[in-house]
Amino acid sequence: MAKKTPAINSSSTADIAFLLLCYFLMTTTMGTQTGLSRRLPPMPDPNQKVEDQKVNRRNIIIVKINSADRILAGSEPIDVSQLKDKIKIFLTNPTDDPNLPVMEPTEIAGLGTRNVSKGVISLQNDRGTSYQAYIAVQNELVKAVNELRDEASMREFGKKFLALDEDGQKTIKDLVPQQISEAEPKDVGKRRR
Amino acid sequence: MSMFKKGEKKEMPAIASGSLSDIVFMLLFFFMVTTQMRETENKVVVKIPQASESVKLERKDLASYINIGTPIRSLQAQYGTDARIQLNDSFKTVDDIRDFVAAERDSKSENDRAFMQICIRADQDVRMGIITDVKQELRRCSALKIMYSARKGE
Repeated sequence: MAKKTPAINSSSTADIAFLLLCYFLMTTTMGTQTGLSRRLPPMPDPNQKVEDQKVNRRNIIIVKINSADRILAGSEPIDVSQLKDKIKIFLTNPTDDPNLPVMEPTEIAGLGTRNVSKGVISLQNDRGTSYQAYIAVQNELVKAVNELRDEASMREFGKKFLALDEDGQKTIKDLVPQQISEAEPKDVGKRRR
Repeated sequence: MSMFKKGEKKEMPAIASGSLSDIVFMLLFFFMVTTQMRETENKVVVKIPQASESVKLERKDLASYINIGTPIRSLQAQYGTDARIQLNDSFKTVDDIRDFVAAERDSKSENDRAFMQICIRADQDVRMGIITDVKQELRRCSALKIMYSARKGE
């Protein structure tokens, strides 16, 4: 009679498979992409007559970044680190300064009448501005708005903005709108190379 | 007498561990199918800038990527060191973005098209000129939802 072949010990195949599994878990990208979300303004219709959107002068702050990554906010040169505070003052207008945006009483659903800033931040950049500086400025603007939203939601709901439910977040968004306009390039009509 | 008396002929049978590997393999296949390897090869070097306020991409399957940066070292002899736009797998110019957006839009399902998001992955040393061009082109194609890719962290 032929000798029986002994069974191959298969208990270690599980370990091998586990190793493979770990390898795939490590290398594949479950990783999430992060970034700053923006909405571009739609292209103006060429047939449409250009209507100058009347934005009151006091309601707009122009943030410019030049090709050497220097920043001009309003009319004075400023450092990135100071930009956030400047924007916060601009958007809240705590001293009722006639040069800062109007705080217009608006009916907010669920809260009643609150003062909502009409301020718009206009961001302009040069073709030579570095992307890093641009993102840094964008980040400061978002941070200013986020901090204001946090403050507002602490005031209204006693919670941080991110801890609110969807309706609450929407209310706060109405209360503190994020009005960042990425300005048209100066010669938008022509194609440039 | 006792049930658990030692030295008896009857032993506890060893648990069959042969099928264990099958279970693990099933797990393995699950992960291989669900996770995605990077589907395009990077032809440009992209060092993403940092932003503390960056938020997660909402729907990863609805995002399309535009990479902007200098060509990788092995391609520099051919393409130079100027910042280039990479769409899918090749270098493209600003004019090709229109087709790219149209193709991406077609690949999404009907309901999701409005939520399509263009993710601009640009190197931090890229000049804004090229990005402004891209943005203008995107506006022309009315792909208005964009995201500037940025790393989280201070």
